[in-house]
Amino acid sequence: MKLTGAQALIKSLELEGTEVIFGLPGGCILPAYDPLLDSPIRHILVRHEQGAGHMAEGYAHVTGRPGVAMVTSGPAATNMVTPLMDAYMDSIPMVCITGQVSTGAIGTDAFQECDTVGITRSCTKHNELVMRPEDLPLAIRQAFHIATTGRPGPTLVDVPKDVLQNSMEWHWPTDQEVADSLPGYRPNMKGHGRMIKEAAKLILAAERPVLYVGGGILKARAAEALRELAELTGIHVVTTLMARGAFPDDHPLCLGMPGMHGNAAATTAMQRSDLLIALGARFDDRITGKVAGFAPQAKVIHVDIDPAEQGKVRRPDVPIVGDCRLVVEELIRVIRSMRSAGTEQADTGAWRSTISGWRELFPVAYEPSQPGEALKPQFCMEQLRDHAPEGTILVSGVGQHQMWASQYWNFTEPYSWVNSGGLGTMGFSVPAAIGAKVGRPDRTVWAVDGDGCFQMTAQELVTASVERIPVKVAILNNSYLGMVRQWQEMFYDERYSEVYLSPELPDFVKWAEAMGCVGIRVDSPEEVQPAIDKANAVDDRPVVVDFRVDAREKVFPMVPAGCSNDELILPHFQNKEQLA
Amino acid sequence: MSTELERYHILSVLVQNRPGVLARVAGLFARRDFNIYSLAVAPAEDDGFSRITIVVDVESTPLEQITKQLFKLIEVVKISELDPRRSVERELLLATVRANPDQRGQVIELVNVFEGKILAVGTDAVTVSLDGYPAQLDDFEALLAGYGIVELQRTGRVALPKLDREARLRAVNNPGKAG
Repeated sequence: MKLTGAQALIKSLELEGTEVIFGLPGGCILPAYDPLLDSPIRHILVRHEQGAGHMAEGYAHVTGRPGVAMVTSGPAATNMVTPLMDAYMDSIPMVCITGQVSTGAIGTDAFQECDTVGITRSCTKHNELVMRPEDLPLAIRQAFHIATTGRPGPTLVDVPKDVLQNSMEWHWPTDQEVADSLPGYRPNMKGHGRMIKEAAKLILAAERPVLYVGGGILKARAAEALRELAELTGIHVVTTLMARGAFPDDHPLCLGMPGMHGNAAATTAMQRSDLLIALGARFDDRITGKVAGFAPQAKVIHVDIDPAEQGKVRRPDVPIVGDCRLVVEELIRVIRSMRSAGTEQADTGAWRSTISGWRELFPVAYEPSQPGEALKPQFCMEQLRDHAPEGTILVSGVGQHQMWASQYWNFTEPYSWVNSGGLGTMGFSVPAAIGAKVGRPDRTVWAVDGDGCFQMTAQELVTASVERIPVKVAILNNSYLGMVRQWQEMFYDERYSEVYLSPELPDFVKWAEAMGCVGIRVDSPEEVQPAIDKANAVDDRPVVVDFRVDAREKVFPMVPAGCSNDELILPHFQNKEQLA
Repeated sequence: MSTELERYHILSVLVQNRPGVLARVAGLFARRDFNIYSLAVAPAEDDGFSRITIVVDVESTPLEQITKQLFKLIEVVKISELDPRRSVERELLLATVRANPDQRGQVIELVNVFEGKILAVGTDAVTVSLDGYPAQLDDFEALLAGYGIVELQRTGRVALPKLDREARLRAVNNPGKAG
């Protein structure tokens, strides 16, 4: 069967199970958009290529399937760099197709030419420039295989225009052909048996153990196995920013988020533990604080599918390279059999009561506003949480609102939280929420955003309106780049440099309405719940709620950058001495 | 000498011979702030593969982290760390050295002592070559410097594991096929 490269590309995407492409056409990718008209694949036409990338990420976050973005060459490819890097940092499976100038023009500085594979080499798990149409199906199969296996991540296939136009003899490579074409790519799934036994021994012997759970648990679909392990051993669980929802917040063993803005119990439990069981976590600086002072008495079991994470930051006592679900399941089996053979678990009673004490004394808290005072952002988050429909997916941008979202939401199931953790991409939330809603149209999707973030990618709400994707956006609007303001207040003697946006501009309600959304402005605490109820009732278009909140509110607790986690700062109404 | 053995490690990296693979390796070293001391690359024994010999500085980054990160590159098929005591190493040096007719004889004598070659002779300079152990090349280079080196190019070392006695015998008995 003869096909053009463009037909082969679209057919390959169909065969890989693509149901939706987020994209925007242009000169070089034009030939691929013609067969797309005849394809069952839905295409969502974005307003900026960065939006397509973040939508693909949001889609992948909530479905576990790779998000697909397709854009043209040159500026479109460079606009894709941020989402690719974002997906790379957070291990999000994503496949990006970019157009390229024709093979004969490559290297001549042709119109809309750029070195896409060169530029994206360090922000993709793998990328490829395809120079012959007959190589396209294999390149697409490789891209999906690499994006979704091992440690997931973004891949990119760069396709010159003439490769799309020329014809080829169709051949769909077999699994074996894909494997043979990648002799250097064999992710290790099953953990080492002896190491798992060592880990089980340490777990049963530990008196102050903590399960340190990262995003890898979600990537491995291991939430159930994690719960079984925690309940079997009675060990408390901290869920990092990337793992919120992997373990239910209302579970008695859940400590919530640790780290720079983690709650005091979670951060201190890690800090004072004698055994950290790290599952799909990478000892990020936002978790560890000053590495030299991090969890000084803890032995470390580190389970990660990426061998390079072992020992990158903290040398593990027991490194286990493998898929988190398979390793945790095996760990459970080994612990059970050791127990039935008579090994007893060390007494963790004292540790558990210490942790309960911390949780009681140091809840994440703020001072509610008095009548007539400005609206508190944390209050908005609580109201949003309490009035959100069952199963709501929460998406956030980056900054103070992101931390409040993670702190105040009650996550009860995996894949209900989407955010930009590693790269910290402002502007992530609106497009990511759209992608999440496309992936889970049955769920309510709320984006929590800051006024700074919102202004970076708000144009995608036009996409959402036109495509009938009814997401909801809550802007915690304090007229500032709030997190930067917080650092300037605390560490730069309140010298506020270039952080004040504007209380008047833009008019978010008018802007929302101009983009086809319902716009609501909220100034006082009494207006909060009615506005949320109104927003929840809209299901035929996007909604934007502009919460005008107190700019003086800061995110606490806080471990200042570069400090040890022992140096965490609590809100002034909590007494740190009680942490002793 | 022992400090050099500790500081510089030789990695022999088998990669798929594909466009951009060297850029990926070089980019990784730059991105992760790893130091390359020398690097040599050429096609390997099998079609479609190349072998890169990289001498890495492990003073600032543990070797383990370097090899693990390298192995994450999709085209990297195999990485062997070569212990200098258990491997054969060679490097090639080309140098153009100042040598007026008075000095020419001395330079030629020096080249002969090292069993090097004279590649070209000019009125006041000669171009010489030497292949050998990197340390031997260091000595040779230092002695040439006394005459004034106009231009110098070294290839960086290439290396393969030393055959043990059994493997040596096997190789002799089956000269057509190694391993």
